[in-house]
Amino acid sequence: MAEPLLKMTGLRIEALSANGWSEIVHGVDIVLQPGKILGLVGESGAGKSSIGLAAMGYTRDGCRISGGEILFDGIDMRTLSPAQHQDLLGARIAYVAQSAAASFNPAHKLIDQHCESAIAHGVTSRHNAQREAVELYRKISLPEPETIGLRYPHEVSGGQLQRIMTAMAMSCRPDLIIFDEPTTALDVTTQIDVLLTIRELVREFQVAAIYISHDLAVVAQMADQVVVLKDGSVVESGDKRQLIENPIESYTQSLWAVRNLACAPQPPVSRNAKPILSVKNIEAGYGKKNVIEGISLDLYRGRTLAVVGESGSGKSTLGRCISGLLPINSGAIIYNDVELASSYKKRSREQLKAVQMIYQMADTALNPRHCIGDIIGRPLKFYSDLNGPRLQARTHEILDAVGLEPGKFFSRRPEELSGGQKQRVGIARALAADPAVIICDEITSALDQLVAEGILRLIDDLKSTFGLSYLFITHDLTVVQSIADDVLVLKAGNIVEYGERNNVFAPPCDQYVTQLVNSMPQMNPDWLDDLVRCGSKQSQA
Amino acid sequence: MNILTVFKQMSWTARLGIILIALYAFMAVFGPYITPYSETQIVGGEYDPWSAQTWLGTDNLGRDMFSRLIFGARNTIGIALLSTFLAFVIGGVLGLVAATVGGWFEAVLSRIVDMLMSVPQLIGALLLLTIFGTSLLNLVFVIALVDSTRIYRLAKSVAMNVVVTDYMEAARVRGEGLVWLVMFELLPNVKAPLIAEFGLRFCFVFLTISSLSFLGLGLQPPMADWGSMVRENASLISFGDLTPLIPAAAIGVLAIAVNFVVDWFLAQRR
Repeated sequence: MAEPLLKMTGLRIEALSANGWSEIVHGVDIVLQPGKILGLVGESGAGKSSIGLAAMGYTRDGCRISGGEILFDGIDMRTLSPAQHQDLLGARIAYVAQSAAASFNPAHKLIDQHCESAIAHGVTSRHNAQREAVELYRKISLPEPETIGLRYPHEVSGGQLQRIMTAMAMSCRPDLIIFDEPTTALDVTTQIDVLLTIRELVREFQVAAIYISHDLAVVAQMADQVVVLKDGSVVESGDKRQLIENPIESYTQSLWAVRNLACAPQPPVSRNAKPILSVKNIEAGYGKKNVIEGISLDLYRGRTLAVVGESGSGKSTLGRCISGLLPINSGAIIYNDVELASSYKKRSREQLKAVQMIYQMADTALNPRHCIGDIIGRPLKFYSDLNGPRLQARTHEILDAVGLEPGKFFSRRPEELSGGQKQRVGIARALAADPAVIICDEITSALDQLVAEGILRLIDDLKSTFGLSYLFITHDLTVVQSIADDVLVLKAGNIVEYGERNNVFAPPCDQYVTQLVNSMPQMNPDWLDDLVRCGSKQSQA
Repeated sequence: MNILTVFKQMSWTARLGIILIALYAFMAVFGPYITPYSETQIVGGEYDPWSAQTWLGTDNLGRDMFSRLIFGARNTIGIALLSTFLAFVIGGVLGLVAATVGGWFEAVLSRIVDMLMSVPQLIGALLLLTIFGTSLLNLVFVIALVDSTRIYRLAKSVAMNVVVTDYMEAARVRGEGLVWLVMFELLPNVKAPLIAEFGLRFCFVFLTISSLSFLGLGLQPPMADWGSMVRENASLISFGDLTPLIPAAAIGVLAIAVNFVVDWFLAQRR
């Protein structure tokens, strides 16, 4: 067997916390052959990124490599001098970050940033580097390859930026590239372009890569070998096909738990049922431009309506219109046979109480200076006459209903909670108002799969317990297929499809819906290849 | 928590600051009982040197410097504290409300503040004091007004980042009134920079009062305050006498002590 390109043995990483150094990666072994791709999978906090960075001999501030050996092409990364280390980074090892938008310097043109490291490492001249960059852009079929590099980072889309960053990593012809969640922030349809670009370039240049992701389905498309991590230790590792078909550890199976969660949809609405909330042909937008046009929908008691679409399709705008945060330009929103005022400021307290929101980022949705008991107690007190011990008792009941132990959480602050717990508090706050309709705006997209599954189950349980109706805004079709009763598909502010879940996804369905469904990563290592093959067939036909 | 344990956990700078502030407070409160002479009593010749009767000598009119130094604490600190407090109430409340309400209210108020700020602070204060006269009440209000523009700016800019958060939005959509929004949702999240500014602003107000007194528009004689004590005795420096520097040092030491404590307080919250 050939000499491995990267060999990490017994890697240990420590992080500085309030109580001194504590170990976050406990002796991980990783071997990577030249030209192969290794996938690192795990939940957030599993140590994926720390291990990826350690492969470059680097740690984040407040972390240190405390044990083990890192050999890159026979070079011990831990004993390099800073100058030798710098020569290696960028030139032989490249790194592609999760958020290209945050990693590019907004003040410089893309092509200058692209060529920077090649020139700095003396690999090639500026002229050559720029010519090669344009060639790469053409190869990955970016629009206007000649001139796209002359733009600034804010002038191209997020997906294009991520693809340019991947091309940029190739500028010095490295031996190893580390991809740290390169598609996590992207739409499913954009994700496919980026994944294809990454695979094309990696194959073309025969580089080895470490691909870090929380999504096993994505890793399965990219990697040859997969390592599953949990809490800084390896759970399972091996060939990807074997791992996906016969996972040995139950933890590996649970990584795609959400995909297996399926709540049976409610029976179709009976003909004489009256919708609790109706949206009639609304138009709204920012400035003079309409973001959404001609949207109508009916929300019935005890049902979940999922609003699906890519980013920019206007799904959050629709939510903001219904809650009254964004006044509509025309149309009507009717709750309980009464037309709601366009702005929340003109709605009565009863009407405000009826429509509640749950936000995507639980971090910013909870006031960091209030304790959990106050966050939930306030809407209770505001909308009802509860006081003193009765208010406290009711707060405890609600905390209990969302699965948080009242005694433990009542006096805590949001910063002391995990992401999933914070989202539960967000749900509890909406619940405390005793609403009829809850608008859930991407409530699981910032969460890990396992945690998201818990939240979805909770949402579904609460629906039947309290007789709620949800407007569930999401870009994730797996979520839609697990909890929605009805589905509304939006594209560029217009309705593409609207109906019961089974009807919308049952063939023959709309072309855009098919595209969305196909873009959803499948737990099948050949999914991306199949998709490309179908795509080329279609374009030939 | 017990006050004593808090004190023990403080950094040594903060402890020093607390002790110094306590000393100043003691001087301000018990001034008349601990001074050997009264504020205005003439006890000797002009510019007498340090002696057993007059510890720090006498001033240009023959009044006891030591007694006037202690009386100065009461006058200067009292007015500075009152002005700063008033400035924070005016500027802070308006700034937070402007950020929360937005729209034309914020636009109009901000332009008025810009206009006030375009006049240099000291010149503005001088102008207003010459127009309205140099009574104590006027002095407090003029300084508070001039300083509140800076606090308005700070409070508004800090609050701007908070009013766009989801939790503020959630509170608005709940139907909460302005008082709740500002006092309970916004204020706890902008407190830290405002407290830091309080420490700094207090020192600036202190200096403004002293400068105004030095220019003759601050506290009026025969009231003792540290700024005018420097002015009245400044000529002594040319004779190699350090006495006029003592009231100046009193100002400096208090400024440092206040900032020691504010620094510690802010570090606590991190």
